[in-house]
This record gives sequence, C-alpha cells and structure tokens, in this order.
Amino acid sequence: MAARQYQRIAAAVLGAAASTAALAAGQITFVSQGGAWQEAQTQGILEPAAKQLGITIRQDSAPDAWPMIKTQGETGKPVWDVVDTPTVNCLRGGKAGLIETLDYGKLPNAKPMPAAYKSPYSVAYEFYSSVLAYSKDTYKTNPPSTWADFWDVKKYPGHRSLRNHPLATLEAALMADGVAPDKLYPLDVDRAFRKLEEIKPYITVWWTSGGQSAQLLHDGEVDMIMAWNGRVSDLIKSGANVAYTYNQGVLQSTHLCILKNSPNLETAHAFVNAAISPELQANIPLSIDYGPGNPEAFKTGKIPAARTQELPSAPENAARQALMAYEWWTSPEGEAAEKRWLAFMQSK
Amino acid sequence: MQACAPTPPPATPSRRHARREDRLMLALAAPAALVVLLLLVLPMAWLFAQSFYDGGFTLQHYRRIFTERIYFDTFALTFRISVATTLLALLLGYPVAYAAARLPQRWRLVVLGLVLVPFWTSVLVRAYAWLILLQRTGVVNKGLQAAGLIDSPLPLVHNELGTMIGTLHILLPFMILPLYATMQKIPHDLLMAGSSLGGSPAHVFRRVFLPLSLPGIVAGCTMVFVLCLGFYITPELLGGGKTIMVSMVVSRNVELYNQWGAASAVSVVLLACVFAIFALIGRFLPLERVVAPR
Repeated sequence: MAARQYQRIAAAVLGAAASTAALAAGQITFVSQGGAWQEAQTQGILEPAAKQLGITIRQDSAPDAWPMIKTQGETGKPVWDVVDTPTVNCLRGGKAGLIETLDYGKLPNAKPMPAAYKSPYSVAYEFYSSVLAYSKDTYKTNPPSTWADFWDVKKYPGHRSLRNHPLATLEAALMADGVAPDKLYPLDVDRAFRKLEEIKPYITVWWTSGGQSAQLLHDGEVDMIMAWNGRVSDLIKSGANVAYTYNQGVLQSTHLCILKNSPNLETAHAFVNAAISPELQANIPLSIDYGPGNPEAFKTGKIPAARTQELPSAPENAARQALMAYEWWTSPEGEAAEKRWLAFMQSK
Repeated sequence: MQACAPTPPPATPSRRHARREDRLMLALAAPAALVVLLLLVLPMAWLFAQSFYDGGFTLQHYRRIFTERIYFDTFALTFRISVATTLLALLLGYPVAYAAARLPQRWRLVVLGLVLVPFWTSVLVRAYAWLILLQRTGVVNKGLQAAGLIDSPLPLVHNELGTMIGTLHILLPFMILPLYATMQKIPHDLLMAGSSLGGSPAHVFRRVFLPLSLPGIVAGCTMVFVLCLGFYITPELLGGGKTIMVSMVVSRNVELYNQWGAASAVSVVLLACVFAIFALIGRFLPLERVVAPR
C-alpha cells in the first residue's frame, strides 16, 4: 500500500513537472506598439490565439522597437519572442542577423497570401495607408485627388504638410511627377528629391508623429496633408470636416517577426500561424481602422461589405494604391535615400 | 643614522581628527560617487568606445561628421539657438530674480511660485500648449487679427522662432533660480554703503550689485546653454521639421545606421563642445563658484 502511494505521489510529481515544462514551452512574449492598436489586438487576436493554442502570451509594447530589437539581438538572449513592427525593421533586422528566418512549413496560413506580403523573415500582419487627406472647408467642390493635385499650388492654394520621413513621401513625389503607382520601384531617388524641392517652400509643417498630423488637419493649420488613414478616419468620426482618398495612397504594413535565438521558437511559429489565420485577421478591422494582413480574411464573411470599402487592404482599395516595396527601402539604394533625407530637410 | 631618518610629525589630536573627518566625508560621498560611476561614467565610456567601433576600430563616424555638411549646419544651428535662448533668458530672468530677491517674504513666495509652477508641467504638454497659442489659427494670431493689428496670420511656430519661444519658456527657471540664490545673499548693507557714499542707484547697481550677482549669471547661463544644446522634444514639435538640432540627428542616426557608433560619435562631439565651453568659463570664474554660488 505504501509502495502504491509512493507510486501515485511520484506520478503526480512527474505529471506536475511535465505540465510545468509544457507551460514553459507554451509561453511567448509578444510585442506591439501600444495604444489603441495593442488593445484591439489583445481582444481580436492575442486572447483567442492563446486560447486556441493553450499558451500564455505575455505582452510588452514599444512605439519604436528597432533599438530594442538591435540590443536584444546583439546580446543573443532575447527577452522578446514575436514582434509586430514596421516591415522595414523586420527586413533590416533579418539582414543584420537579429531576426530568425521563418520556417514557412510551420505557417500553413501564410500559403494563400500574395508573395509581396511575405519575406524570408516576416509575414504581413496588418495594413495601413499613407493617404492624401484634406479639409472639406477649404476644398468644397472638386477636392484634390492625386499627388499631382497636391503639388499644384495654383489650382489648389492652401497650406500643406508632409511627413518628415522619406518613406511614402518619395513615392508620392514620383507619383506627382507622373510615375504610375505600380511602376515606382526601384525609386528614381534624384527625380523624387527634385520634385520635393518644388513643393518644399509650400510645406508649412513636416510632421513627425501621427497625433501631430491629425492635430494639424483638425485645427486647420494645414489644408492638405499626407497622413495615415486611421488618423484621418478618427478625425472624421469625431466630427471634423475632413476627407481622404485611397487613390494613389501608399499601402504600408507591419509584419510579424521572431527575434533571433528566441527560446520559444516552436511556440512563436505556432502563434504567428494563428495570428495570420483568416478568422483572427478578420477581427482586426472590427475594432480599429487597419486592414488585415491576410486578404483571405475578406472571404470569411465576418467583415461587413460596408466596412470592407473603408479598409486600406481591401482588394478594391489596394488596387488603387502603391504597395510599398520594403525590400527596396532596405537595399543599399534605399538606405542611401533615407540618409539623404536629413540633408534635404536642412538645406534652405 | 637614526638622526637622518625623517621623523613623522607628531600626530596632533586635531590633525588626527581632521583625517578621520576626511575619511567620514569620503564614506558619505561613496554611494553617490558609485551611482555616478555606474550610471554615468561607465555608460559614457561605453558610448565613447562605440563611437570608434564598426566591427573593428574605425574613424568613419567622425569622418562623416567632419565631412558632411549637414552635421556642421546642425551644430551651427544648435549653437545659434542655444546662445540666443541663453541671452533672452538672462534678459527676461534677471529682473524677475532681482524682484524676487528684493521683495518682502510674502511676495517673494508668489514670484517664485509663478516661476516654479510651469517647471512642474511636462515638457510635452507645454510644447502642445505653445502650439495651440502660436499656430496659424491659434489664440495669438486670432487675437491680433480680431484687434485689426495684422491681416494674415504671422508664422510664429513651425520654425526657429517657435522653437526658441518654447525652449525659452522651459529653461527660464534654470536661469532665475541660480540668479535668485546669488542675489539673495548679496548683503543689503553693501548697497546702502554705496548709496551713502554718493552713488546714484544706477551706479550702485552697476558697481556693486551686478558684479556680486555675476556668479549667478554665469551659473544660470551655463545651465540654460548646456540644457538647450540637448533639447529634443520642443524643437521636434515646434520646429515644423525644419529646425534640426543635434539631439534630433543623434536619434535619427540610430535609425539610419545599423550601429550605435554613428549616434555615439555625434554625442561625443557635442559633449566635447560642452567640456570646451566649461573650460573656457573656468578660465574666467572658478567652476566651484559656478556650481555652488556663494
């Protein structure tokens, strides 16, 4: 009897040990950018994914993940596992050996996604767009609808604002100069900067944060702006008399990537696969103005047709926009263009 | 032989006491010194080492700073804004500190309170507040237009002017407080003596008060100038993206180049400039008096 009891205790101890091991394996640290976007994901993606996979997801947030990715990658003992970050960070980190190469064999949900939405190191998670937005008070009839209009200071007088960053801004300049949205890459950098010099005197503010861009348009400080679609639609919801168009917008994304030497590589892959599943992806636009990274989400029937129309990555809207080529931006030419930006901003 | 050996001076009780006190003081300073060493000196040494590193020893980060025009322009702009802000802060801060030092106790508290309240408000909040006041559709422009003083809004913000207004507002207390501390300790008797010897108020101020307040002026100017050199949020928000100061280049270099070295080198050059300025000031005034005006 005593022996049997020992056996039972031993089994219980072993079982407990095994389940802690499983628990330890079934745990990842997920990092996003904080704010409303992280809240939306918690409900729409993280909690359902944790339940589905039986894992624990710890969260962290970093508005600018790059310095952390770099530091953690260099120590070789990352604290983070999966990061949702602008695609440029994933590719740049991948090339610098800070990000794991994804094992697509473990990501069946990525299979139907377009090749342009995937990279060796990362997979599209959500889409947003840099769009042309304007004040409806200033432009009542015949509002600006192309970047050529934005550059046309005679036909559309008014104060203007662009982002203080080359990404999407160089694309807009080239479209203003007549380059078709699907023929942008590789960017003609000289031509883009020449075109930007033209509009520079008319730019009141080069904005740095999304909040700032919304404030500028809301307060009437500028009449026309290139801004992120979610910021503008928030203004519209709050009653501001502004509008935007997806025409010639620049479709941008954040991708999911896994830090190099992640101690939970298996679980991290399982999580990424769940997070890009059409079912969970369809939850994104139900609570925030971002489009799903996986277009299959539009086929689940979860997103109402009226809602689809408003989303940057809806097939109809995506077709009118330029898809940002992050591969080009992380190439030596792209990095040189980025370095040139500061000199452009500072020259009088 | 024994006579040749230097005999140690007899340790008098007072000297032994002094030595013990020295040791005690060292022990008391040790925790603070340790914190400074761990959190300031070591990271700075690391920063310094990084600025020469790119997979191996390199001078390329410094070469870039000394050959690319944007770095020179950025440093020039930063120093110009810092000098102008410091002078304006002195011009605005001196009378306030003077008033606070000469006023009766009750009013003194009111003045110092007014100086300190904005000091406790976040830098970010104050930058946005200035935006609301100064922008095209802001309170100032709307008010001036309503009063018929101007036809079209003045460009008060999203430029160097806006940056300076915001920076000046944030740094004013750093000018006023050291000035006040110095002025408060100037004995009133000296001024009375000056007057009784026939000096006009202006003369007494110039020959007695102003020289005695000099340590406060140097302390205030040094603080404002050095803090201004490293300003980040205010020029970022009020400069319209066109006013690029050194700290912004440091931050952008972290993004642009794949190593810390590029950003570290810029910080090291800025730090060297600050040290050079301190050395220069030290030639005119002993640094002790600048740091702790008596």
